Amino acid sequence: MTGMQMAETTERAIDVKVPSLLLRGLRKAFGDVVAVNGLDLEVAGGECFGLLGPNGAGKTTTIEICEGLTAPDAGSVELLGLDWGAGAGQLRQRIGIQLQETQFPEKLTVEETLRLFRSFFERGISVEESIRTAQLEEKRKARVGGLSGGQKQRLAMACALVGDPELLFLDEPTTGLDPQARRHLWDLVEQLKQAGRTIILTTHYMEEAERLCDRVAIMDHGSVIALGTPQQLIASIGGEHIVEFAVTSCEPGAQEASAHDAAHGVVDAEPLKAIPGIQSHRVDAGLHLLSVSELHTAVPRIFAALREQGLHLSEFRTHSATLEDVFVGLTGRNLRDE
Amino acid sequence: MSRWDESSLYQLTSVRFRLLLREPEAVFWIFVFPILLAMGLGIAFRNRPADVLQVGATTAELTRALDADKGLAAATMDEAAGTHALATGNILLLAIQRPEGVAYKFDDTNPDARTARLLADRAVQTAAGRQEAVPAKNELVHETGSRYIDFVVPGLLGMNLMGSAMWGLGFSIVDARQKKLLKRMVASPMPRWQYLTSFLLSRLAMLVIEVAAFLGFARLVFGVPFRGSLWQLGLLCVLTSLAFSALGLLVASRARTLEAVSGLMNLVMLPMWILSGVFFSASRFPVAIQPVVRALPLTAAIDAMRGNMLQGINLVQLAVPVAILAAWLVVPFAVSLRIFRWR
Repeated sequence: MTGMQMAETTERAIDVKVPSLLLRGLRKAFGDVVAVNGLDLEVAGGECFGLLGPNGAGKTTTIEICEGLTAPDAGSVELLGLDWGAGAGQLRQRIGIQLQETQFPEKLTVEETLRLFRSFFERGISVEESIRTAQLEEKRKARVGGLSGGQKQRLAMACALVGDPELLFLDEPTTGLDPQARRHLWDLVEQLKQAGRTIILTTHYMEEAERLCDRVAIMDHGSVIALGTPQQLIASIGGEHIVEFAVTSCEPGAQEASAHDAAHGVVDAEPLKAIPGIQSHRVDAGLHLLSVSELHTAVPRIFAALREQGLHLSEFRTHSATLEDVFVGLTGRNLRDE
Repeated sequence: MSRWDESSLYQLTSVRFRLLLREPEAVFWIFVFPILLAMGLGIAFRNRPADVLQVGATTAELTRALDADKGLAAATMDEAAGTHALATGNILLLAIQRPEGVAYKFDDTNPDARTARLLADRAVQTAAGRQEAVPAKNELVHETGSRYIDFVVPGLLGMNLMGSAMWGLGFSIVDARQKKLLKRMVASPMPRWQYLTSFLLSRLAMLVIEVAAFLGFARLVFGVPFRGSLWQLGLLCVLTSLAFSALGLLVASRARTLEAVSGLMNLVMLPMWILSGVFFSASRFPVAIQPVVRALPLTAAIDAMRGNMLQGINLVQLAVPVAILAAWLVVPFAVSLRIFRWR
């Protein structure tokens, strides 16, 4: 509410109290497919906000509505206190956009491409500076067609930065990159965060969201199913640790009688769930997953419970819970199932 | 960097220009191909000292009679061999000695064969002792401006302007759309009209080089005349190029893939290649379809250019084709601005 009042009293208020992004009741359908289903979001100035979800969750549709490229069927979009009706011209100058899978002309050089995009903005950083920021100095005179995937992605990022935007949209910035190029790009986003820009990014890599984002909205089927800091979201599933194990039967007689069952390790889950500190149990591709809050007391009891059932552990490991586990806990599916 | 250097319209236009020059195939089709074509046609249709027509005859006597005519070269062959030679195009006419007189075997739809028939009959009748009733002599005219190459150069110019404008716009726009570059451009503050205008501006810059190279070649090598005013010819080229650019824009305004736009382009251009009189006069088509033929932009462009170059008539007298071209510029441009798909 304070944000709204600020906007009314001082027009064009560039203030942290005006939300950089405000979405209310956003809906968009393509034919019968509802891509975005009643979305509300608020992103504060200076925040790095992540939209996390599997392919087809509606992330790209949402971000393209924010970018003014797709018109929503219903709901309102406000960026920097402006909307895409009256404020479009001003907004285009003040936001930076990196789209999924843009192919820049292959026969232009890096420098020519950036000079072209720089010419669209009334103010911004120099072409030199954008090349430096994206660490493309050595590729300045190289044609776009000869760049690696990571370099192309950094060029796309540089094109989004030439106008010195207050608000930056990055749509799956690291999809399809190898791990090293991905870390390189993460460093770049970190730098931009430290410069105080508001960044909104979509990703289906949970480690990317955990590493870069101050807050994350997990999307599924066009709606936000969880919203908070990565730590809050991980805490919300109850246990901050995940125990994974697989079993085989260890009794020689049982192996013949029910070889099939033993191979798949039939586990009675109820004794496990009764152990204090265990929040949930589920099975994913033969692997049992337990969400556990107190690892040191729970693990000996898990061993004991499995021994009582005459089962032998073939695999056992634990890891700290991630956003992936949050997604799985909420939907019962993996992020990359689609 | 100076101010104009930083303007987005300048940047967009110079990028277009550079991209085209970095595409070797495009450079070939726009600059080299029309010159090669003109050269080929110029050689094929050069004005030879009156063609000598190949004919055949079934007797040595007939062959001698036919050979007596300077326009004919005769060979003796039997009827079967002669018929075969006719079918394969080695001879245009076969003269057959029959008991009751001479029979001529030829294809009357071929103008050269009809000429051969007239010459052969004259030679046979002369050999048999016919006298001319009226004395006649020839006064030959070999004037530039009435040769086939003079006729075909404006046609090729029009065809080339059509091809380069339509492909130049249509292909680049659909390519940018397919690569999501168009979407990226409109996501930036770039004014959309500047994007489309940059195509027209780079087209005009290209036009100067393209037209000068082609017409310069035609002038130097074949001595093709320029009887009308050169600046009016330049204006006609600009108008033609803009009209076809508008048509290219229209064709490209919705297509999502290069395959789709290629098909549409050919669909639009094919009737004009056939009907618009590039290689022969469009007035040869039946009267019933003349209104359609005349309304095509390429017909109008070629008519106007032939009028300027060969007859030396001015733009006022060319008002009809100029008006047709202007209509082809305005209507497709207005329609494509309305239906253009920016993503």
